This record gives sequence, C-alpha cells and structure tokens, in this order.
Amino acid sequence: MKKKNGFFARNAQLIVPLLSILALIVFNLFRDPSFFSISLSVNNSGNTVLTGNLISILNGASELAVLAMGMTLVTAASGGQDISVGALAAIAGSVFVKVLRAGEITPVTVVVAFLLCCVVAMIFGVFNGTLVAVFKIQPMIATLVLYTCGRSIAYWINGGASPTVASPILTAIGSFIPGVPIPTPILIVALCGVIFALVFRFTTLRLYTQAVGINQRAARLNGINAVGIKILAFMILGICCAVSGCIAVARLGYLNHETVLLEIEMDAILAVAIGGNALGGGRFKMAGSVLGAYAIQTLTTTLYAMRVPSTAVKSYKAIVIILIVVIGSPMVKEAFGRMVGRIKAARADGKEAA
Amino acid sequence: MAGKTIKRREPLTDTQLLLTITICIFAVMYAAAMAIWGGGFLRWQQVFDMLNNNASLIIVACSLTIVMIGGGIDISVGGVTSLVVMSCVVHLNGGGSIPTSILMALAIGLCFGLVHGYLIAYLEIQPFIITLAGMFFARGMTTIVSLEPQNVAHEGFQALMNRKIEIPFLGYTAKNGNLIPARMELGVVVALAIVALVYIMLRFTRLGRNIYALGGNSQSALMLGINVRRTRFISYVLSGLLAGIGGYVFMMHTGAGNASNAAGAEMNAIASSIIGGTLLTGGVGNVIGTFFGVMTLATIKSIVTTSGLREPWWQSITTGAMLCFFILLQSVVLSRRGKGGLKRPAWLGGKIKG
Repeated sequence: MKKKNGFFARNAQLIVPLLSILALIVFNLFRDPSFFSISLSVNNSGNTVLTGNLISILNGASELAVLAMGMTLVTAASGGQDISVGALAAIAGSVFVKVLRAGEITPVTVVVAFLLCCVVAMIFGVFNGTLVAVFKIQPMIATLVLYTCGRSIAYWINGGASPTVASPILTAIGSFIPGVPIPTPILIVALCGVIFALVFRFTTLRLYTQAVGINQRAARLNGINAVGIKILAFMILGICCAVSGCIAVARLGYLNHETVLLEIEMDAILAVAIGGNALGGGRFKMAGSVLGAYAIQTLTTTLYAMRVPSTAVKSYKAIVIILIVVIGSPMVKEAFGRMVGRIKAARADGKEAA
Repeated sequence: MAGKTIKRREPLTDTQLLLTITICIFAVMYAAAMAIWGGGFLRWQQVFDMLNNNASLIIVACSLTIVMIGGGIDISVGGVTSLVVMSCVVHLNGGGSIPTSILMALAIGLCFGLVHGYLIAYLEIQPFIITLAGMFFARGMTTIVSLEPQNVAHEGFQALMNRKIEIPFLGYTAKNGNLIPARMELGVVVALAIVALVYIMLRFTRLGRNIYALGGNSQSALMLGINVRRTRFISYVLSGLLAGIGGYVFMMHTGAGNASNAAGAEMNAIASSIIGGTLLTGGVGNVIGTFFGVMTLATIKSIVTTSGLREPWWQSITTGAMLCFFILLQSVVLSRRGKGGLKRPAWLGGKIKG
C-alpha cells in the first residue's frame, strides 16, 4: 500500500488477465482483422445501436462480471468459493418472473420485482453465510446444499414451467434503452463497478474483508466482527446473483430453471482466479476478477468465431485456462520474482555508484 | 504399533465418530422406510437395486474420498466418467474388443490423473482450477468423440452387461409362488472390491497413512520426512484411475454413451463423501463411510419416489436438506470436540451430544 511501490508493482496481479486478453486480441487481429470492427446499425425496434464482436463480448460477459465481483468478496473474506451462484441467480430470476407475471408490467412493478428478488437472494446469501461463518463449514460444502437444490427451488417457485415475460421495459433492461447505443447490461456492470468502488472508497469494507481473509483470529482480536463480515460478503454476493439473474431473464425473455446461467459458478470462480486473486482468501482486486470475466468471454467469443461447435468450446477453454494458470503458477511467479529482484538490485547498485 | 497409535489417535477417532454417525443415520432412515412404506424396502432386491444403480458413483466417490483426505479436490471425475463411457462405446462399436476397451478406460483415467497430479503437486496450482479445467476438457472431448447418443452393439459386451449374479437366498417369493432371486450386476462386485482395496490402502499402507498426514497438516507431514509432493501426485493419479474404472462400470450399467452421461456426478460424489464423514479440509475420512454416503443418497431418492412426491423438484430439495442436516451435524459434533472450528454457536451450547 505504500507509495514507494510503483503502479506496476501495486497492480502486478492484473498482468495475467490483461496479458491474456491482449494475447487473445492479437490472435484475433491476425486471424481476422475485421474481428474488432464496431459499427452503428439499426436494430429491429428502430434503435441506432453499436454492433460488433467487441460489443458482444462486453455485453455477453455482463452476468459473469457482476457475479465475479461478488465472488471476489466472498473468496477474500471466507477463503472459499460459493458454487451456488448459478442456482441462486435462477431462484432470483424466477422470483422476478413470478412477480412480473402477477400483473401488468410497469416500471414500478419491475422495481418492486427486482427489490423482492434482491431480498430473496440476500436471505439465501445469509443462509450460506451462516453455514460458513457460524458453523465453520467450508464454503464449497456449505454452498453445495443450495447448488444441489437451488434450481429445483426455482422450478418450484414457478410451479414447474418455463414462464415467459415480455415487455418493452424488460427489452430495455436486457438489450437497449431507446436512444442509447450501448447495450444496457454493459451499463449495469459499469454501475455495479462504480457502486463497489464508492463503497470501497468510503467504507472500511475492503480493509475488514482482507483482514478477516488473511487471519480471522487476528481480525477478531482487533475488534472486527469476522462472522458479520463473512455473512455480509455472502449477502452482497446474493445481490450480485439477483442482478445477474434479472439481466439474464430480461435478455432472454423467459426463464428456464435448468439452463439459465448454467455452470456460471465455475466461470465466476475462474474469473476470480485468472484475475490473480488468491482462492485462499485475503488480499483482493475486484478489477482483476472483472478483467478475468472479460478474458473468459473473449475466449468464448473467439472460439465461436472460429466455428468451434458450441459443445466442444469447453475443451479449448480448458486448454487456455491451464495455460493461463501455469503462467500464473507459484513456480513460474517465483522465477519471475527472482528476475525482477535481480533487476532491482542492479538498479540499486547503479544508484549507489552514482 | 503402540507408539504409532498414540500419534494417530486424534484424526482416527474423528473419522470413526463421523463414520458411526453416518451408518447409524443410514440404518435409522432405512428402518423408517421399511416401517412406513414396507413393500419394496422389505426386499433385499431394493438394496441390490440401489447398488446396481450406483456402482459407478461408489467408485467415483472413493476416488474423491482419497483426494479429499489428502486435502485436495477433484471435480473432473464426472467429466472423465462420461468421456470414458463415450470413447469405449465408440471403440466397441467400431470393432474393438473388451480387453482393449478396458485398457482404454484405464488409460484415459490415468492420463487425466497424471496431468492433474503433475500440475497440482509439482507446479502448485490450485486443485479446484486444474480439475475444473479437466472437467471442461473431458466434457468437451466427449462431444467431440461423438455427439449422438449410441448403444453398444458389441455382442460380447452385451453378454457381460446382462450377466447378473443371482443370490437365491436373499430373493423373495412372488405372488404366483415363484422364487425370484436377488440380482446383482458385475459392476457392483467391482465397486465393492474397490471399496475394500481403497480401505486397505488408506488404512494399512504407508501411502495411505501419508495421505492422511498430508491432509491433516502438509507442513508437519513435510517435517516428518514425507514426500508431500509425490504423495499428492499419487492421490490425483489414483483418483483419475478410479474415475476411469467408474466410467467403465457406468457403461456396464447403461450400455450406452451419451454426452450428458454422469452429469453432476462430481457433486454427487462430493456430497456422498461428506455425508460419509470425509472433511474437505483433509485428514479425516473413510471409504466405508463414503459407501454408506452413496447408499444414504440412494435411499433418500427411493424414499422420495416411493412416498408419492411426484413433482420433479422434491428429489433434489430433499437431498439438499439432508446434506444441510449432515454438514451441520458434523460441524456441531466436531466443534464440540474442540476441533474443526473455533467456537460453536451459543444457542447450541451443550444441547447436542457428540
């Protein structure tokens, strides 16, 4: 945190996600120079909108980016991962749909539905958080409960159907607000990012979370309510799940409890890891996780653009993931650190000599 | 022997305690099912049906138990299972023989195990990420091998698949007076043999003891002169190998390859291990418990179907609730013994006996 560390040293953990995005971009530029062209076009409903692969990457990664933000906090505070985010987003989405289908869809009902699904997701977040913080259960195991039954609960809420909702307001949330050329989900992610940045700037949440993650006992002895911080982290993740569940529902216009945000928990954890955050908790950089989310989406979009069948995308993704983590592994990092150390020593020698 | 026991008594008694709880709960649940619903539950065939349906899961859960006792996690097992099934089906339909298909299953499992083990043990990358990538890779490869579901047409294999071991004295007399013997598939024999072998390996060999030591505290294990890296490596290799065998047994049960085979098997296997008393933190666990964990899950499923809760969501909701109950019970029991947690919640103080 000291000023003497340069910008690069402070943001060293962002190097891996940035480099992987950069490598993918360069790869794409060589493969197809027009890959990143962005153009203005008019869509079906008569809006002037931005289109292009870059926009679709940013747009498509929205749900993942929001979840990755919450996951970073949970990872940092509890030293474990929540594997129930996909299921929880499905529950939140089904509450959203249930409320919207109860009556006419107006801006007020959308807000009410959103707030209600936030509350439901927060309650489930508190459930997970209590298991983790109070009962000292490993996060992955504690959230396995909701992972196992979450999608069934979502199914149950809507009485065993895949309900559809259609409204201009939902279209505005899921794709474009009339007159704004940028897809709304991108704006929602930006809003979430700003909110988190403000919270971290003006509250002690970041400091306390890191303290709890690094050494819970020491944090408690310093008067930090470790249990409360952990539960709070899971609650915030719950809200993130609600946001991404609502984005997904608004984007698709229907809710299929089996397929909505399927396996996104794995991608979210991956985003946190690619972002250079230790999965064992402690120090974290939320920007890293968001970059990680965009790296994953860039990879997926690249693979689709290369006409890899959608079912086989996972295999290629796995190879790239392994490459990224091998580059970021402690062994390789150590070698890199030794190299940096030698350069620094050489510089210091030079200064002394001068 | 006496000197050794003193050092190892603490983790072992935890293991035995959790094992006893699991077996008791299984027995109580099964007895309750027999008392309330009678019918099928009174017949031995019910037990054998559960074994027949879950032989593959038992093997896969054993592999997870080994890895989890060693303090790691392997979530690729379901993917490896489905890849093995699909490859072997394609191989057999393409004119392969049974011995080569068995070799193929073992080789696929071994390859995954070796790669995971090397990356996790020697490059010190987080096991969750590596095995997640392994799962993605295996699932993607399954669809690359074949996208269409297909049945095994090989005659020799069909004979093998349909051969059932008949146990007349555990059979029941049908309404028309015929004695119907209990039927057990060959895969169950394999599964039980593997449970026995893994039990002996963990309990009586140096490797097994090393795995417990590694999971209990890898730092102390290192100081005791245990080759921590090699032990960790071998635990993942064994896990991969067992997943390969599990895949073959899965194929012997279903006789068909399908891209969605063994979907969610990894989470079922983790859940079984936990119910069986294995702690994700490592160092505590037992394959006998895992076996009963699988049977407990199977019993829950049969109870849900028998009791007339026909809606599709009840099965996973009850499974989730049971899982929640088990992990809470474990947490309370362990924290009562002053292990596995700092403090138990005040409102539970002294109510539950360990």
